[in-house]
Amino acid sequence: MEITYVYSKFRREFGRQGLFSDRAEAVMVDIQPNPRLMSNFVVKTPRDQASQACMDMSEHPVNTERFESSNCGINHMEGAWPKDINPRDLEQTVRFKKKIEKEENYVNSLVHLGYVMDHCIRQNNTIDIYQEHFKEDEIEKVPEFPTAKTMSVFRDPNQVKRTITGLSWHPDGGRKLAAAYCSLDFQKSPPDMSFDSYIWDLEKPNYPEMALKPESPLVCLDYNPKDPHTLLGGSYGGQIGVFTFRTQSCGTPGGAILWWDVRKLSEPTERLVLDPSREGNLDQALGAISLEFEPTMPTKFMVGTEQGMVVSCNRKAKTPAEKIVCTYEGHHGPIYAIQRNPFFPKNFLTVGDWTARIWSEDIKESSIMWTKYQMSYLMDACWSPVRPSVFLTVKMEGVLDIWDLLFKQSEPTLSVKVSDKALYSLRIQDNGQVLACGSHSGEATLLHISSGLSTLQKNEKSLMAAMFERETKREKILEARQREIRLKERSRSEQSREDEAWREDGDEDPEQILAKVESDFYSMTQAAPAPGLAPGSASERQPRPRQSESSEKKEEETLNL
Amino acid sequence: MSFRRKKGAEVEETLKRIQSQKGVQGIIIVNSEGIPVKSTLDNQSTVQYSALIHQLVMKARSTLRDIDPQNDLTFLRVRSKKNEIMIAPDKDYFLIVIQNPSA
Repeated sequence: MEITYVYSKFRREFGRQGLFSDRAEAVMVDIQPNPRLMSNFVVKTPRDQASQACMDMSEHPVNTERFESSNCGINHMEGAWPKDINPRDLEQTVRFKKKIEKEENYVNSLVHLGYVMDHCIRQNNTIDIYQEHFKEDEIEKVPEFPTAKTMSVFRDPNQVKRTITGLSWHPDGGRKLAAAYCSLDFQKSPPDMSFDSYIWDLEKPNYPEMALKPESPLVCLDYNPKDPHTLLGGSYGGQIGVFTFRTQSCGTPGGAILWWDVRKLSEPTERLVLDPSREGNLDQALGAISLEFEPTMPTKFMVGTEQGMVVSCNRKAKTPAEKIVCTYEGHHGPIYAIQRNPFFPKNFLTVGDWTARIWSEDIKESSIMWTKYQMSYLMDACWSPVRPSVFLTVKMEGVLDIWDLLFKQSEPTLSVKVSDKALYSLRIQDNGQVLACGSHSGEATLLHISSGLSTLQKNEKSLMAAMFERETKREKILEARQREIRLKERSRSEQSREDEAWREDGDEDPEQILAKVESDFYSMTQAAPAPGLAPGSASERQPRPRQSESSEKKEEETLNL
Repeated sequence: MSFRRKKGAEVEETLKRIQSQKGVQGIIIVNSEGIPVKSTLDNQSTVQYSALIHQLVMKARSTLRDIDPQNDLTFLRVRSKKNEIMIAPDKDYFLIVIQNPSA
């Protein structure tokens, strides 16, 4: 577009200098924006782009193929002799050596070497050059973050993978690990699933050292602490088998606790039925899931049941009714593990539903310490054999939690995701540093815990003792208050009942409340069917609500649903 | 003649002096190919020591040379829980002495 401005001038004024003057502005040309030109452009988001002149590099992780190694012996033979000399022929070798000794080179160099060597030997004899000075001032350990490192993984060599339900360390130094494999999906196991359980040697993670072939898959397995060649296994079919490395013998099935003497395996020596009302009635018996037996207290033992109750029993009692000493209630689901603290035998740890609880033997109403409800089900737990304040738990989401009660009580000190599948079993070695956990897909993972979590700290025992005592006292006080309140209420209600004995009771009694709540529960579950909540699948190890008799806890439970 | 014998006697003297030192358990002389020329230990140990230590000395020497070609190995001491193995290398031979200094 051309913009022109025309002005005129007299011819006689050409060539004269220009005289400038000010005047107000006048618009000469006004070019309006043309909206149609906008269509030639596109709005783009502004971007920052940096550029640098440097080499392009990339990073690739590479995993080599699994290297299968095996151990074998090698026979060494003498070599390096010249071709014309036979090493076996003594005369030839001696002659050769004598020839060397006569060379001048030999003599000279050897004299020199002798001199050098002499000096060092005398040095050694005079002072110990490797002596550790300042051993008394030990280097203060830098507090490091707790870690757990996976050392190796033992995989189920069969095609069809089974869950590892039981683990046991060899009592003599923990060189070997016995793992019990069994598929816990009731009736879902394929027909060609192998029944074997394996013993692994830690040095050879590629294939198991030994296989145990029971008649039905083993659910749990334990080494005999006195005799490292014997193993005891409990199998899916309800039998108990004793495995030695030569033969296998079986016991009869049981639904109650049976005591066996290893020498006399034809029938149980004693029998105890787990019935909370102490009547010895087999119908009311609770299913037992876990057992705790402390070798230093041979008369007492504890059983964790499917209903979430811990039953403490005394073996030496005269009548079966007295055998059951007391029960501890607190869990909503089956108790999968129960173990006494190796340093404080009065306190024991139980694991079930979504919490781990610590109990004191004296307090029967509730546990003295417990973790908050976790995201997934806790399957197994054990105390650390070297540190009284450390215990470990494994969860259904494949996570191993290490709890240090002196450090943090609200959450685990260290959480390690061991595998994608659920972890079903856990066992720590006697040194407290190495532990094995077994997963749903048949993998046993060996982990090494950092030394911070496996060395006894100063004052740890006394601090733990103080903590347990404090919690026990707190529970006692709470219990005493509860009792007081209940007594007051009872006396008040008795009084009011006497006054209004003639009045019709409009209140529902406990039985009616129970029935109503039960029907509510069934209607709710019918409406939204969830797997594993169907009653009657008694042998499934799935989380399910406990059917209890106490009304207070029942109401609490419906809220949890 | 007498010159030769004196030299031979010198070697014997050196070895005897070393052997008489406190804590010395054994002496082995190995040539550059790994053949034990002289030893005060039994045959099986001698063969084992000479083969294994020969490899170790070769490795140590080549390590030093790789780091600095001007450098060379003059002495090697291997201290273990039970004793100490001292190796004095030369161009063609090396002398191995096993000593237990705390004995």
